[in-house]
Amino acid sequence: MDKSPTLDQQVNHPVSAGEKHFAPFAMTPELEARIDEAISHYPDQIRSSVLPILHLIQHQFGFISAQAITWISEKIEIEPMRILEVVSFYPGFHQSAPGKFHIRVCRTLSCAMAGSENLMAELSKITGIDRSACDSHHQPVAVSDCGTWSLEFAECLASCGTGPVCLVNDDFHEAVSPAKAQDLISQYSK
Amino acid sequence: MNKLSTTSLPKDIAAEKGLVNIQIDGIWMQVPKGTRIIEACNLAKAQVPHYCYHEKLSSPGNCRMCLVQMGMPPRPAPGAEPTYDEQGYQEISWNPRPIISCANTVAENMGIKTQGELVEGCRKDVMEFLLINHPLDCPICDQAGECTLQEYSVEHGNAQSRFKETKIKKPKNVRIGERVRLDDERCVLCSRCIRFMDEVADDPVLGFAERGTHSKLTVHPDKLLNHNYSLNTVDICPVGALTSTDFRFQMRVWFLKQTPTIDTNCGHGINTTVWTRGNDIYRVTPRQNNAVNSCWMPDNYRLSFKKFKEELRLLEPSHKVTEAHQPIHWTKAFASINEQLGSANSENTALIVSASLTNEELYLAKILAEKLDIKILASVEHKQEEDNLLISSDANPNTLGLQLIFKLKTLYKKLGSIKTGIKSGAIKNLIVLGEDLTTIRGWDAELLGHLDCLISTHSLANSTAQASDYSLPVATAFENEGTMINLSGRLQKLNSAIQAPTNVKTHFQLLTSWLHSLEVNHLPTKPEALFIELSETYKALNGITYATLSDLGEPIIETNYQVPLLAKEEQRRKQGIIA
Amino acid sequence: MMADITYLEGKEPHALEKRLIFKNVDRKDWDTSIDTYLNVGGYNSLKKAIKLKPQEVTGQVKASGLRGRGGAGFPTGLKWSFIPPDNEKPVYLICNCDESEPGTFKDRYIVHQDPHQLIEGMIITAYAIGCKLAYIYVREEFPQAAQILEQAIKEAKSKNFLGTNILGADFDLEIYIHRGAGAYICGEETGLIESLEGKRPYPRIKPPYFPAALGLYMCPTIVNNVESLCHVTHILSMGSEEYAKLGTPRNTGTRILCLSGDVRNPGYVEVEVGKITMRQLLYDIGGGPLKGRAFKAVIPGGSSSKILKCDEVFSITQGDQKVDLDFWDIPLDFDTLAACGSMAGSGGVIVLDNTRKMSWVLNNINHFYAHESCGQCTPCREGSMWMKKISDRIVEGKANAEDIKTLEEVAYQIDGRTICAFGEASAWPVEAIIAKFKDELIADTSEDNTYISKEKELQQQFFQT
Repeated sequence: MDKSPTLDQQVNHPVSAGEKHFAPFAMTPELEARIDEAISHYPDQIRSSVLPILHLIQHQFGFISAQAITWISEKIEIEPMRILEVVSFYPGFHQSAPGKFHIRVCRTLSCAMAGSENLMAELSKITGIDRSACDSHHQPVAVSDCGTWSLEFAECLASCGTGPVCLVNDDFHEAVSPAKAQDLISQYSK
Repeated sequence: MNKLSTTSLPKDIAAEKGLVNIQIDGIWMQVPKGTRIIEACNLAKAQVPHYCYHEKLSSPGNCRMCLVQMGMPPRPAPGAEPTYDEQGYQEISWNPRPIISCANTVAENMGIKTQGELVEGCRKDVMEFLLINHPLDCPICDQAGECTLQEYSVEHGNAQSRFKETKIKKPKNVRIGERVRLDDERCVLCSRCIRFMDEVADDPVLGFAERGTHSKLTVHPDKLLNHNYSLNTVDICPVGALTSTDFRFQMRVWFLKQTPTIDTNCGHGINTTVWTRGNDIYRVTPRQNNAVNSCWMPDNYRLSFKKFKEELRLLEPSHKVTEAHQPIHWTKAFASINEQLGSANSENTALIVSASLTNEELYLAKILAEKLDIKILASVEHKQEEDNLLISSDANPNTLGLQLIFKLKTLYKKLGSIKTGIKSGAIKNLIVLGEDLTTIRGWDAELLGHLDCLISTHSLANSTAQASDYSLPVATAFENEGTMINLSGRLQKLNSAIQAPTNVKTHFQLLTSWLHSLEVNHLPTKPEALFIELSETYKALNGITYATLSDLGEPIIETNYQVPLLAKEEQRRKQGIIA
Repeated sequence: MMADITYLEGKEPHALEKRLIFKNVDRKDWDTSIDTYLNVGGYNSLKKAIKLKPQEVTGQVKASGLRGRGGAGFPTGLKWSFIPPDNEKPVYLICNCDESEPGTFKDRYIVHQDPHQLIEGMIITAYAIGCKLAYIYVREEFPQAAQILEQAIKEAKSKNFLGTNILGADFDLEIYIHRGAGAYICGEETGLIESLEGKRPYPRIKPPYFPAALGLYMCPTIVNNVESLCHVTHILSMGSEEYAKLGTPRNTGTRILCLSGDVRNPGYVEVEVGKITMRQLLYDIGGGPLKGRAFKAVIPGGSSSKILKCDEVFSITQGDQKVDLDFWDIPLDFDTLAACGSMAGSGGVIVLDNTRKMSWVLNNINHFYAHESCGQCTPCREGSMWMKKISDRIVEGKANAEDIKTLEEVAYQIDGRTICAFGEASAWPVEAIIAKFKDELIADTSEDNTYISKEKELQQQFFQT
């Protein structure tokens, strides 16, 4: 029976310029060994390993592709829907590639009071990213044409005393006033 | 306040019987310990509106429609004894916060208010929330007429919406399976369908994607909702989100007549409702019977009515003249058959009777055999793959009725000897009631060609009818009435939802006419009247009449048979997943 | 001991502070290795605990009066004692390191700078509750914290503080890190448990799913906040009696307050509970308002707590007496803040000054809750987004006074009717801001604004014709 196009949209990832910085999904023995290690942390119920496996895969391939969902569902023998439910719930999982450097700027109250909105505007300008089409649910991430940068507003990064703060991949940066936006980008553009 | 002696307190009297006292809308009643508040309210005829709650599924408590006000006796000060009023109840101190009645259970001296400002306010507010993003497309929605959103909106909603904003857009008319369509904008996210597929069907293909107000029901494109129980999700969907591809837009439900009856696809005798308009069936849905099928039914059973297409039906009796079948009048057919059989030796005649006939029909078949002095009797066992839910391996709906009426457990085993008899020429004449023999291994037109006379009854044209000298058209189970006994030993009533075509008889009518032509004249014209004779003849049926037999049937034979789906339901009850 | 400790320049504790949990935060010559921790007597509390019976450890925590530091302030020892006494199922301990209540940033520093303190508290707790398998739920936005904790667990295992027959006792324990993926709702303990089970973090209904009886995998589970677990280490080290002398009788010990927003010296301080007032926090520690500005209001316990105006006077009951309490004299404890109609919550104090427009503040908060609502139950799912959309219009100048009324009513329609406390978390800021700043909000509206969406307009036309 033919599938509805609406259903395919659930797992289709919009093409992103960031993709060129990531290898397409392909399981390797090394990664699978790490996944097995993660699974061993949940001796009482294998389904608990869904989030750690998704993290490991996203870390390597940048986002969670349809193939990745299928692979996980076969690996731990649960319905693919159970994985899609999780992937689409958590903003921490992407269904299309972010930039090589994914910048998350805290949007929440204390950082907003410290100027995070201006920081985002500045970062957009420097990276040439147009965020006008972004909304916090359907399209939270915008990627630069070169695929190097992507920008997203994050909710409270829990460093309200040193706002505005942001995460660049796994690196945390405090007190990034809009004036320091260029310095921040320069750190990574070398 | 009077102080009653402790032994006479209602709480102690109730506790002895495993009950608790609960006050619902000011009236005290006793209900079993562990009863959910929503069920206790049902018992008190104080129905509580709800969306997510379903008695056969776990309670997530997500719709918040069933909020009620609850109260308990205040905790006595240290050292103080509780005081009781003249009826022996403690004073109730009402909780200002509402609680959900679907997941909370009753407790001794608990008070529940299903009315009043707080509760009615809660319902109005939840209704408003449910409707702010709901499309106003009732005029084109197939659920209209059986939509709880509509019903509760009338009872508890506001005429005007205060919501001025743009509604959330979600996918519409999505094919999520072969038989089910999804409209996400109408979904109230109650998760009944998800829980059904997870807990009952054990095929958890449905789930929610996205989050917050954008959450939507969906399936993974690799694993669609094609399970054989998928249409149950349509039944339990309280709104128009899930609709049956087969039924949608066919007919407004308020035009349909409902007939309670039973399914005849297997030995479980699933209780059903047949929805008709004029003489057409539009859909078949399961009817709740906790001792038979709970609330569920497999898709292939409910859609089985479709196989009786008019162009495939036998519509008049026919008689084979040389090679071709010629129409023949019923009276003439019986006269001609009687003549042919009368001139034959009854030792050369056999009768095969289907276990899909009703008890009344089987009883008539037995009388016919006696009248024609037929000693060679058999029935056809139909085995199918069971599904560990509601499809039993016995595809005959009335195996136990057959055993009861013929007082024989071995009729299925006699079929082989009839085949041998035909081959050897020992059997020359064969009467077949309701079986297409050519579908059985080893039986074919060539074998049947050995017979001098083959008389058979069918609803649909088939090879056995083709090979018959006399082919007699009979009604389908939807056009028939009578009783059957399911594998658990439960006597159940089959009711006719539609009428058989003009020249088609039920087996009951066919057999009474035939017997009449053989001058057996005492037979009543209605199954109901004949049943009186059955109930006098068979001990298991003693004291039962159509009038006393409810739509839910009655257990009459101890069989120890367990319906797998019900056993699983019992397990979930023990685990506390359902009450 | 404190006297021996030197801190990094410019990061010295304030004179009003009393540091237990943050003793080693910003400490000079300090790192996260186990040797450093052992050098200052680390894991001695565990050695002490393991010589006691598990019930005695629970008894000590009960006697200490420790109340959970995650937000609700529920007595920690009491929580542990809810595990059914006849339980035969495995017992789990989960450390809630999903710090995500806006305004709160204490757990971050504990795990980044003193992870072994947490590990030790967890081991003691696991011993007390009979747990063999524990998890630390670390929010996804703390990648370094996860790494540091992984390392700390490895080190603790190498010293047999974890593993089998810990310190020779009949006690086995493994701790694993479980990373979240960006959802505020995972801070709710049953949502967290669902997330740890690999599911959407939909909070469970209570009853029947109280974690102490039906938690992770439907087994007894204790979920404690990072800071609470660290306190356990100190209760064992000091003894419950000494510990209970800190703070005030019903609000014992120390707690970390996180100061952010419009104040000169934002940051964290650890103080005895209830021993400092709002004035001391905002002026003595916070250094007062920014130049040329004046304090306007304070959100005292994370963004979901109800806002307090700086010129408010609260009429509260203290003991048997009704007293008037000036905003500036509020002692920062659980009970007084509750009496003032707000809560101590997670200790995140957000300060707003006179340059802040309350409609903007409210809209920012509404965005947060609309984005973070899990969507499971109706009032929160629909209401949080509705509130956000109305406040969007207030900020855009497209609202009228009627909209403010609707907004307020929507909040009360959510409050108290949801599965978990998120409903209140999203409703309280709206209720409080409207109650206290109605005039200011109304000033942002105009009766000329009769906004309705295009589709609603079409609908109305349809139904009129």
